[in-house]
Amino acid sequence: MLRIAVIGLGKMGLSHYAIVNTHPNVKLVAVCDASEYVLSVLAKHAGVSTFVDYRKLLASEELDAVVVATPSSTHVEIVRAALEAGLHVFCEKPFCLGAEVGFQLADQAEAAKRVNQVGYHYRFIGVFHELKRLLDCKTIGKVHHVRAEAFGPVVLRPKIITWRSKKIEGGGCLHDYASHAIDLLNYLLGPPQSVRGTLFGRLYSQDVEDEVYATFNYGNGATGTLAANWSDESTRKMSMKISLWGANGRVVADRQELFVYLRRTEGLPTNFRKGWNVIRTMDVTSPVWFYLRGEEYSAQIGHFVDAITSGHAITRSTFRSAAETQVVIDSMIRDAESAVARELGWAARSQPQEAGLRSLASPCPRPESPAAVR
Amino acid sequence: MKILFGDNQFFGVNHMSEDKARAQAIKFQDLEAVMEMLDVAYGDGIRAFMCTTHERLKDICDYVRAQPRRYGELEFLPCMPYAHKYANAVTELGLLGALKSFLPEDGAVGAAMRGGLAFARKDIESLAGLLIDAEMKVFHGLNTPIIFLQNVMTDLLLGMGMKDVFRMFADHVQKRYGAEPGFITMNLPRLLDALEGCGIDNPIICSSINKAGFRMCGGIAAYEEAIADRRFRPIAMSVLASGAIPPAEAIAYVCSQPRIESIVFGASTPANLREVKALIEQGTA
Repeated sequence: MLRIAVIGLGKMGLSHYAIVNTHPNVKLVAVCDASEYVLSVLAKHAGVSTFVDYRKLLASEELDAVVVATPSSTHVEIVRAALEAGLHVFCEKPFCLGAEVGFQLADQAEAAKRVNQVGYHYRFIGVFHELKRLLDCKTIGKVHHVRAEAFGPVVLRPKIITWRSKKIEGGGCLHDYASHAIDLLNYLLGPPQSVRGTLFGRLYSQDVEDEVYATFNYGNGATGTLAANWSDESTRKMSMKISLWGANGRVVADRQELFVYLRRTEGLPTNFRKGWNVIRTMDVTSPVWFYLRGEEYSAQIGHFVDAITSGHAITRSTFRSAAETQVVIDSMIRDAESAVARELGWAARSQPQEAGLRSLASPCPRPESPAAVR
Repeated sequence: MKILFGDNQFFGVNHMSEDKARAQAIKFQDLEAVMEMLDVAYGDGIRAFMCTTHERLKDICDYVRAQPRRYGELEFLPCMPYAHKYANAVTELGLLGALKSFLPEDGAVGAAMRGGLAFARKDIESLAGLLIDAEMKVFHGLNTPIIFLQNVMTDLLLGMGMKDVFRMFADHVQKRYGAEPGFITMNLPRLLDALEGCGIDNPIICSSINKAGFRMCGGIAAYEEAIADRRFRPIAMSVLASGAIPPAEAIAYVCSQPRIESIVFGASTPANLREVKALIEQGTA
């Protein structure tokens, strides 16, 4: 039995708690959180040891691994201490708020031969993992463009003050939301060589961006675009979509379906046909021992546990790959600060004459007129 | 076999396709469209509507309440809480902040809790009761014979080993609302053990039961064994696996299982509703 503790009991921490606690080869030994109320409830009703201070937890419990799910700005110090204590570490995303320290932690974990993983769970969604397999097998041919879109309803009104709304603590759409799409692109295609055209927009937040757009160059003729917006209430929960064009066809993928258009099928497995192929989530999702909100949350913890028990293997989402994702994030921030926009100079061009031809463009419909939608 | 009408299609929930989910969200944007579909179901003799405590439910409840004669036999089977509402609140406000935000504004207990007093007394039972009451407000005056704990909450508590809370939920809905407690889960075999362990006898449990083994955690064999041998009242959901299994095949499988008392399914067209209903009636004839 592996002995694991969960540090941080926010939304992800509670979810990890339930998943770790039910794993057949794991004993959840203790939890740690700043809220004494939450801890007292857990101690009473769940019968688990509790700690307010993670250092006391690391010093007093006999552990094999920890799951770190505290606010992002605290990850570095906790992960470092856990590695120093000789533990395997699963850390929530985004890993660190700067690539350099992320690589230092990756070095530290690798030197100590500790299993290390970051909770970029999109790598564990059946459809996206299958897409990765198709790309590795060159089913789509040489990729020339990819588009990643991540939209969802996180911040829908102003004046919400939590760590997610503070830039210094790793809040904002870029770290919290776009990071999933950036990491997924890195997983599928490897990190880009350069980034440009990064745009941040604010819709509700005071201190952080609510939308993020960027262009990537993969250095081999392939380009990519990213669009992320965490203030989109038209979707019920986070919706991630990857569209990808290659020499042999096109792919559209979301968490539920993978549509693959193939120009040729020579040399491909016989179950592929020319034209559209549809792969459903249930065709590519493996069963898990416990289900909470999505198979991927259990799958990533199961993967972490397997990596430990099978002799300290490299995981599908390592500290190093997460640090690479952070390199992209850091570069986007610099790009947004430094990029010079090309002005189009409209002001210098002549304006239409007031007395000239009347515009035929229709005005906005009046409220009482029938809606154009329907 | 009792048929319970589900609500996923009304709120843009579809586990197989985001496009389908959006199409249904558009189709059922207006209360009229929802009521039209509910009326078809009611007219065909389906009397139970199993519904998540989504914010749009209020309009449906108001509509039904206003016409007591027309909907005299309609039963609401609330499923609470609507998980996204809580998950978003926890993200926004933290765990404690979210709990406080869902407590009623009126009343001394609510006020005390918001001030942290009841929290200090660690009175999770009264907290649970207040949260249930907050979710039940929308149903006042309506018939709610079974109240379900929604699967994200059931499975979170199950995973965390907080089975005392199942007992509190069961006691509260029985005492306060004269309703039977129900539990929705994706982890049926494990939940059965937990409910047995806290003395909830012959529980009503709604879980995915389908030929494809979709979202049947613990495996299809363990489910079939549990359905055959264990003491509980199973309700089958996801029988069509969101459209992945052809209806005839899907219903034949569920009807071949012993002791399944009810099937919950949603439909977005009358034709679809009647097709599945006829298959169920054939399968159990």
